[in-house]
Amino acid sequence: MATKDTLQIELQFSGGMELLFDNQKTIQADVPAFFPIVTKDTDTNQQERHAATIRDLIAWTSIELLKERPELFIGDDGSVRAGILVLINGADWELEGELEYELQDKDEIVFISTLHGG
Amino acid sequence: MNTSNSTHSSAKSDSSTSVEPLEQRVRRLEQEKVALEQQIEALRLEQALWNRSTLAADLPKEAPLDPLPKVEKLSNLEIARYGRQLILPNFGIQGQMDLRNCAMLVVGAGGLGASCALYLGGAGVGRLGIVDHDTVDISNLHRQIIHNESRQGMPKAESAAISVRMLNPLCQVIVHNLVLDSSNAQPIINAYDIVIDATDNAATRYLLNDACVLGGKPLVSGSALRFDGQLTTYNYRGGPCYRCLFPTPPPAETVTNCSDGGVLGVVPGTIGCLQALEAIKIATRMNEHDPPTMTLFSANSSTMFRTIKLRKRKPDCIVCGDSPTIDKLIDYVQFCGSSATDKTPDLFLIPFQERLTCKAYKSIYDRRTPHVLLDVREKVQFDICSLPSSINIPLKNLPEHIDEIKDQLGPQQDRPVYVVCRRGNDSQPAVKILQEYGITRGEIKDIVGGLEKWSDQIDPDFPKY
Repeated sequence: MATKDTLQIELQFSGGMELLFDNQKTIQADVPAFFPIVTKDTDTNQQERHAATIRDLIAWTSIELLKERPELFIGDDGSVRAGILVLINGADWELEGELEYELQDKDEIVFISTLHGG
Repeated sequence: MNTSNSTHSSAKSDSSTSVEPLEQRVRRLEQEKVALEQQIEALRLEQALWNRSTLAADLPKEAPLDPLPKVEKLSNLEIARYGRQLILPNFGIQGQMDLRNCAMLVVGAGGLGASCALYLGGAGVGRLGIVDHDTVDISNLHRQIIHNESRQGMPKAESAAISVRMLNPLCQVIVHNLVLDSSNAQPIINAYDIVIDATDNAATRYLLNDACVLGGKPLVSGSALRFDGQLTTYNYRGGPCYRCLFPTPPPAETVTNCSDGGVLGVVPGTIGCLQALEAIKIATRMNEHDPPTMTLFSANSSTMFRTIKLRKRKPDCIVCGDSPTIDKLIDYVQFCGSSATDKTPDLFLIPFQERLTCKAYKSIYDRRTPHVLLDVREKVQFDICSLPSSINIPLKNLPEHIDEIKDQLGPQQDRPVYVVCRRGNDSQPAVKILQEYGITRGEIKDIVGGLEKWSDQIDPDFPKY
């Protein structure tokens, strides 16, 4: 299988999430297509890799793109914090496998913070 | 019966068949009488505004929760009023009858509830309940257009009811002037067919969700902040409930209210209109097989609306799932760790005696004691109004701009630093940050109650927003 090293992912932020990303509502990101598998055996030299998932994307985004206050984006379990809904290509991520969804080139991922005002 | 008619014999022979039209006429007149009485009541209420002392006696306090009496046909008054809807294909007389026989509850008479309640009342919903515990404030009126200037201080539920009655006296409006909580919500929710969540806080949103699941009512939920709005129908035809989407409440510090975050008035107005539309669609079973969706509104994006497909009901949801563990309402204020209002609570991070009252700062200011006054509000707020000689560094940028304060501390680096903000909340973490950096040999204190207190206690000409 021909593989690229990076995937082009369009990230969108709404409902106030954009405030954590320097007020950018859309970011075109080149996300690594593979992430190392973390094992307890640190001696191993062979780089075991797995295809990038939403879980990897959340961690990568919070390290590479997030401008302030990571606790407003990422939760303790490596998922997004409570009150954020994730959309994968316009659909609720629950329909696509949530954290384990494997990213595809040109995917559009939206992070929405729920609003409570009225 | 009219016996003076000269065609005596024919009248007698018709008498058995003419009873029905006469009865119809009586029914029509009865309906007109009811409508006129409602009109009189609406006018009386509006007049009562000019005499606040009589208001309490004039408004019903206890809402009747008996079922809405169903009608089988529309009156001529109703046909005349709703004609433009009646001639709509796929709506027609049946749609109008469905609305007439429907009881809807709008929870929250704020920015969302304002447009929503007016449109529902105008459209001909038979009974409209309005819940709110708050009173009308001048800062509400840029978005809560169901109220008006002369009703400042009036309970919002009552003000909203008056406006709906003035628009359409045929709509029966029920005032629920109370804080909805787990002790009173269930019987109120159960008395209605459709519930509209037009509230402003997380605790009441979870409360309404659970009460609607337990009562088997569809919940049309809207929210708005700044330039953004969201719209979803929960607990309807196999779709998710609020907990299916958001099982865990957001951390309280991540929830922003309109008072702190700001909101463009037309944004909640737009979402409120859409909530009225969704409620009408449910009542008339329009598009009832559409899959569950969430509509996102972003006033300052090039695509203002987008609708996304949502998951179905989650079998493991703790309230609407296959084996629910919530079978009655819980304490939602505790669950969410935030209050059931959108009022900003006072923060107590620093002991009172280590802070400065407005009066104490005033005397420092009047004595011209050298000091630095640091205003930690966002620039957009600082631009509205500020105290003379204050310097502006927003709280979130404070660590990177410590040096700018050091420049002001004088040759001995010993001038005191006083921190001020809007309400005396953000100034407290700012003091902690300044203490960590140890920037001055003088004291570091913040002003209790912030600029709002300053306006109340020291300078009534200082604006409040």
